Amino acid sequence: MENNEPVDQERRKFIKTVCMGVAAVALSPAAFKILGPSEALAFVQNTKRRWVFLVDTNKCIGCGFCVKACKQENEIAYDAPVSRTWVERYVVKKDGDTLIDSPKAGRDGFIDAAIEGQAVPPSEIAKGFFVPKLCNQCENPPCVQVCPVGATYQIKEGIVMVDRKWCIGCGYCIEACPYSARFFNPELKVAEKCNFCYHRTVKGLKPACVQNCPVGARQIGNIKDPDDPVTKIVLNERVSVLKEEYGTDPQAYYLGLDRSVR
Amino acid sequence: MHNHVIRPFLVVLAVFVILITVRHFFVPKDFKVGDRGFMYSYHRQGNEKEWADFKVKYQSREYCADCHDENFKKIIASPHKIIQCENCHGPAVGHPDTIEKLPIDKSRELCERCHTKLNYPTSLRGQIKGIDPQQHYPGKECCSCHDPHHPNGPSRTVDNNLAGTNLKETGAAINGK
Ligand code: HEC
Ligand code: HEC
Ligand code: HEC
Ligand code: HEC
Repeated sequence: MENNEPVDQERRKFIKTVCMGVAAVALSPAAFKILGPSEALAFVQNTKRRWVFLVDTNKCIGCGFCVKACKQENEIAYDAPVSRTWVERYVVKKDGDTLIDSPKAGRDGFIDAAIEGQAVPPSEIAKGFFVPKLCNQCENPPCVQVCPVGATYQIKEGIVMVDRKWCIGCGYCIEACPYSARFFNPELKVAEKCNFCYHRTVKGLKPACVQNCPVGARQIGNIKDPDDPVTKIVLNERVSVLKEEYGTDPQAYYLGLDRSVR
Repeated sequence: MHNHVIRPFLVVLAVFVILITVRHFFVPKDFKVGDRGFMYSYHRQGNEKEWADFKVKYQSREYCADCHDENFKKIIASPHKIIQCENCHGPAVGHPDTIEKLPIDKSRELCERCHTKLNYPTSLRGQIKGIDPQQHYPGKECCSCHDPHHPNGPSRTVDNNLAGTNLKETGAAINGK
């Protein structure tokens, strides 16, 4: 049909223009840079350092100096009920009841023998102990996967970091963490979490909580170094991790963990 | 040319081009895939540097030793050698240059962190010498009787005639044990 011809020509011209336009945009490499192929494959198989944490719950005395030091070192609002690390107290009674508390995240220690408002007489206590907790720096961190803007990421030493300038404060990562190790920074309005005091470890210092623990209940080590004392314990002693069933491969190891600990 | 076909297509194209352009100017140049691949480390590389430059506040007690060697030596020789100075005096960043004196915390709560008696059989805490804050001279500063840097030394108080005496014996005398 002859009256269709001009339309066809125009269509061809149009498609041509569009293709060229798209090609032009595509060729401007910086504009189209979503992910280069070599970058997509940039997995590092042999890093020299992978930080892990070791918590000895047999040793912890619940003084709370780790929480105090962490908050001051990392400039976390001192009186807000949030913290990068916290200490939980467990009292398992002889009748099987378990009482758990963590007043002010354990910042001021446990100076009251009463727990959850109950004064348990010593004769009724089967076991009582403290469990310090912090980010597990998981090998498969679910919090990183859910970030819609790439504001949280894992570095080669295994530590999960938060980009405070890039975070939009949507809170997905806080929901995604099975350990509740993340929280909303009330001052900066961004997601907040422990990063094993990255600013200290890069300078060869120990994290603030490790340095300030009077009893050595908290330790950091490099699991890739077979001579590291922490590595030796993790490899040779009976250690456990929290919530293994989530498949996050947590890297904070615990000695003396009780089944009442969640 | 059928406008109703082309127009929406143009709109989609325009939106796409605008998005790409905005993205180009908005996303920082150093946004790259890091060491753990795209899933775990697509990020702004400069942020690592920003964190590395974060200020260190806790200095550890080796830093204090140079200037306060008396306190240092004293505490190292006592059961309190396990406690870092900064746990009781606060982070020492800027001291003594900008912060002339570090705070001195004389509250009972500081000592009660470790010395409130908690009878926990499976914890190291149960083994530390403890007191019941409600019974053990309530209302008085611990440091008026005990030296925080040398708690196992002689008593230091003057207000109740315990000064310089051995706490064990005095306590027994006071409590009639
Ligand atoms: C470079 C030397 C220097 C270092 C290092 C140093 N200080 Fe000081 N410190 C001083 C000086 C000087 C003063 C003021 C002296 C004074 O007025 O008695 C002071 C005062 C203090 C005070 C207050 C004393 C008072 O009588 O009010 C405390 C507490 C203190 N320092 C603790 C520390 C601790 C803890 C550390 C280690 C983390 C430390 N200092 C490291 C020099 C130092
Ligand atoms: C258990 C808590 C605690 C620890 C640990 C501690 N201090 Fe003190 N410090 C105090 C208290 C409480 C005072 C108040 C003065 C007093 O009663 O002796 C004090 C006083 C001081 C003073 C001022 C006056 C004085 O007595 O000389 C200096 C300086 C000082 N401390 C330095 C240090 C240094 C250095 C260290 C570490 C080597 C240290 N302190 C560790 C609790 C502590
Ligand atoms: C980090 C925990 C901790 C803090 C905080 C602490 N102490 Fe101690 N204190 C200890 C330990 C551990 C011992 C050794 C106890 C033992 O041998 O069972 C001890 C011992 C003592 C003793 C007994 C010494 C003896 O052998 O007779 C006294 C008294 C004492 N501390 C007083 C204080 C005072 C006062 C403060 C506050 C300024 C304080 N402590 C803060 C951990 C602490
Ligand atoms: C009025 C002086 C005085 C004050 C204030 C005081 N104590 Fe004591 N403290 C003593 C005497 C005396 C003894 C030794 C005998 C006893 O009473 O058991 C003692 C013993 C202790 C012991 C060793 C207990 C044991 O089992 O050997 C600790 C720990 C202790 N005090 C901690 C503290 C703490 C912590 C505070 C502050 C909350 C404090 N004291 C306040 C006088 C005092």
